[in-house]
Amino acid sequence: MSRPDPGLALAADTPIPRDADGPVFAEPWQAQAFALVVALQAQGVFTAAEWAQALGAEIREAVAAGGCRDGSDYYERWCEALEHLLIAKGLASHDGVDALAASWARAAEATPHGQPIRLENDPLRG
Amino acid sequence: MSGHHHHDHDHDNHLAPIEARVKALESLMVAKGYVDPAALDAIIDSYETRIGPRNGARVVARAWSDEAFAARLREDGTAAVAELGYGGRGGEHIIACFNSPEEHNLIVCTLCSCYPWPVLGLPPVWYKSPPYRSKAVIDPRGVLADFGLTLPEGQRIRVWDSTAETRFIVIPMRPAGTEGWSEDRLAAIVTRDSMIGTGLPAVGEAR
Repeated sequence: MSRPDPGLALAADTPIPRDADGPVFAEPWQAQAFALVVALQAQGVFTAAEWAQALGAEIREAVAAGGCRDGSDYYERWCEALEHLLIAKGLASHDGVDALAASWARAAEATPHGQPIRLENDPLRG
Repeated sequence: MSGHHHHDHDHDNHLAPIEARVKALESLMVAKGYVDPAALDAIIDSYETRIGPRNGARVVARAWSDEAFAARLREDGTAAVAELGYGGRGGEHIIACFNSPEEHNLIVCTLCSCYPWPVLGLPPVWYKSPPYRSKAVIDPRGVLADFGLTLPEGQRIRVWDSTAETRFIVIPMRPAGTEGWSEDRLAAIVTRDSMIGTGLPAVGEAR
């Protein structure tokens, strides 16, 4: 797979926290969420325009509700936008993501430090 | 090597709700075949230097510029780093290891990839690799050679093994010829690798 320049792929009107050299992240999960959107765009799961619209809508909604003023919850909105877009595309369901997230949380708790966290480590996963 | 601490089963293996959610979305897309985990890693790698090493660079630049801060950093790394607004997950207990003409510091996590996220961002791929994790302890001088770094023979190498609770940051020596530089200018020459111990500040690149 050739990797398009993520900066270009994410252009449009998505105001990503960045400086002169590129995006900046406060925590690793933000980079993971960022990379996931870049990869899904590269795969054609959704377009840059669709993503810009989804993220823009999420941010507008949050600002209207009184949040997101300083941009500190930007990547929380990013994740919500991704989830909602995947649901709209019929690729995910809210309950499905809830269940999977809970499974990951249990898997993490059950994994000894020093080993990679795997979904199979969830004791309730049958 | 001193300080090979017991690795407890806390912190790292607790996912915040948002972290679990990102994992869920990612694993869902991987399971459906829309995303290749290796492609995600490649994207993250290309951004890893954007995530946090500049925070650490500011810490180093402050330590070079402000002796009182350097003393506090030596005494209590976590508190000194918090003065600059850095801390939180992955930075519960930060110890600053000051290089000296007698001793060069190198950090590793032999068990996994514990890393001081708040000051250095995501660990580079090689930091997580088994060869680095094992060789750093067995043959640190060889590791530095792999990175193109040759130290004076008289300079010892001290290896610090990170744990879930304790993370290290190397404070390199301030290069000669940087007298009178502003903190910003100093921070610009502090590379990520120089704060892991696999490199030195990039004086030649500062303009």
